[in-house]
Amino acid sequence: MTMIEAIRDALDVALAQDPEVTVFGQDVGFFGGVFRCTAGLQKKHGETRCFDTPISELGIVGAAIGMASYGLKPVVEIQFADYMYPAYDQIVSEAARLRFRSAGEFTCPMVIRMPTGGGIFGAQTHSQSPEALFTHVAGLKTVVPSNPHDAKGLLLAAIADPDPVIFLEPKRIYNGPFDGHHNRPVTAWRSHPLGEVPEGPYTLPLGQAVIRREGAALTVLAYGTMVHVALAAVQEGGIDAEVIDLRTLLPLDLETITTSVRKTRRCVVLHEATLTSGFGAELAALVQAECFWHLEAPVERVTGWDTPYPHTNEWDYFPGPARVAAACHRVLEVK
Amino acid sequence: MATRKSPEKSNISKDELLHYYREMLLIRRFEEKAGQLYGMGLIGGFCHLYIGQEAVVVGLEAAAKEGDKRITSYRDHGHMLACGMDPKGVMAELTGREGGYSRGKGGSMHMFSKEKHFYGGHGIVGAQVPLGAGLAFADKYMGNDNVTFTYFGDGAANQGQVYETYNMAELWNLPVIFVIENNQYAMGTSVKRSTKSPSLWERGAAYGIKGEAVDGMDVLAVKAAGEKAVAFCRAGEGPYILEMNTYRYRGHSMSDPAKYRTREEVQKMRDEKDAIEHVRDLLLQGGHATDDDLKAIDKDIKAIVNESAEFAKESPEPALSELWTDIYA
Repeated sequence: MTMIEAIRDALDVALAQDPEVTVFGQDVGFFGGVFRCTAGLQKKHGETRCFDTPISELGIVGAAIGMASYGLKPVVEIQFADYMYPAYDQIVSEAARLRFRSAGEFTCPMVIRMPTGGGIFGAQTHSQSPEALFTHVAGLKTVVPSNPHDAKGLLLAAIADPDPVIFLEPKRIYNGPFDGHHNRPVTAWRSHPLGEVPEGPYTLPLGQAVIRREGAALTVLAYGTMVHVALAAVQEGGIDAEVIDLRTLLPLDLETITTSVRKTRRCVVLHEATLTSGFGAELAALVQAECFWHLEAPVERVTGWDTPYPHTNEWDYFPGPARVAAACHRVLEVK
Repeated sequence: MATRKSPEKSNISKDELLHYYREMLLIRRFEEKAGQLYGMGLIGGFCHLYIGQEAVVVGLEAAAKEGDKRITSYRDHGHMLACGMDPKGVMAELTGREGGYSRGKGGSMHMFSKEKHFYGGHGIVGAQVPLGAGLAFADKYMGNDNVTFTYFGDGAANQGQVYETYNMAELWNLPVIFVIENNQYAMGTSVKRSTKSPSLWERGAAYGIKGEAVDGMDVLAVKAAGEKAVAFCRAGEGPYILEMNTYRYRGHSMSDPAKYRTREEVQKMRDEKDAIEHVRDLLLQGGHATDDDLKAIDKDIKAIVNESAEFAKESPEPALSELWTDIYA
């Protein structure tokens, strides 16, 4: 199934198995979501479980925090991650802090789903990747799935988690594993092994990365859409790279990362978001701190540029396979 | 159609009616062309057409004077054409070309013109509303009598920042006209599924702001209401709210599945309330113009729109280095 269907399936399972789960947001109920992730859920589970809200991100998230602190498990959709900013105060000052400041008296078991990333010609207000704004905040878990199989398992784990989870859905791979070759047709998820999604409930633990491709010459760290870009880049470049799909940024599976880098001794970090203060900076710092004596080359980052996401020239801004392969070659050439 | 009552209908001159006809038709034909270019793959990403709502901006521009400002959301093509921006520059921004108002960097939702006092084109629902109050503050601070038309939709009317802005605008007596373009649907969610407020303009009362609902499909009613609001603001009486009841014929954007309303509902609006047909009827039945006169106008408009489309196709893509201009941090 597609990632959209996998997410819908996870929400369907969660609504069916736990009466405390509610699903809501802009256009989520009657309309079924701008990307159709909630299509049919209101009809099946009723208007008290899956419903529309006004266009009020701050209000949506704030109300969800209230519900969550009382024991419900709200799963809210912010239509685009770019629309999150009005809710940022609630996310940072309330959701992320509730457990700590109540000394464990209250928790905030909620999930905020947001389509993230570019590649859809959405210009500056529909293409951003704001994950670092969440990972920088103590008290938030941040998840970025790269395929339908993981999306369902991680979303169900996020819903079951007792604390607030930011669930970023790379919108460019909703319908297929886009590898950055924008001029080629994208294969559909149904012809990809990770498009096979088990029926019924299952969870994937938050904080567990997965090696998507084994290799010996260098380690590529990626998440979301960039996992597919990385796989295409190293395949086409004939690079013997180990590609790690982080799956969750916080909690971070440092062990899988360091084991790999100590083996390969070289590392390239990828993300779509801008370079400066991006999550890649954290990864590069951790790799150098943990693997310093093993490294044979500086860690490179391949990211979006430090500009607003442009309307035109999107494919120059987007860190596609050519840029990824070039960085891998540079890192491999360091003697 | 001709039976619809318009205020001061008898006082409307031929020239004025012809002006409205031309301006509204320009927006409609421009938007139809944009839709075609989108279908051809020349425009990508997001594109929110204004078709159906033309009377709102055309009527309000008729109430404005030089120096007045306007700021709006992402459904902005009509506002730009109505305030006199060059159709070529707008269309070329849609196609992401060097000749576009933002040199291809902004796209459909993000364009500006200092010359025409057009302060954007904003892609985030409601985010332009506080900016509109700030523009009005600046005019008041500088001691002129300009007003700012701050447009937003029925969806944005549920954003908290609108009410923070109302409070400050009234507190500081700012010359800002809040224009709520109530086209009945916030993407796929109808007004009645997003609020129980019987009307949106009345919410201003909580902050002491006066306002009214207007038939936004009637350019003459819009202009009359606009003149009243402008006079109020210019006299230093503070902000004013105009809720324009209007309707968009097309989807929210180009990827709208249109499952939230019936074809019949849309057709009924087109048949009974169309703003352009309304003025056309007034022109013909008032003996102000003949079919041939209007055909000549149609032809002119078509030429302007075609010219803009040609320009938008032929203007080169911006150089890659353009991405690194206007960058400072």
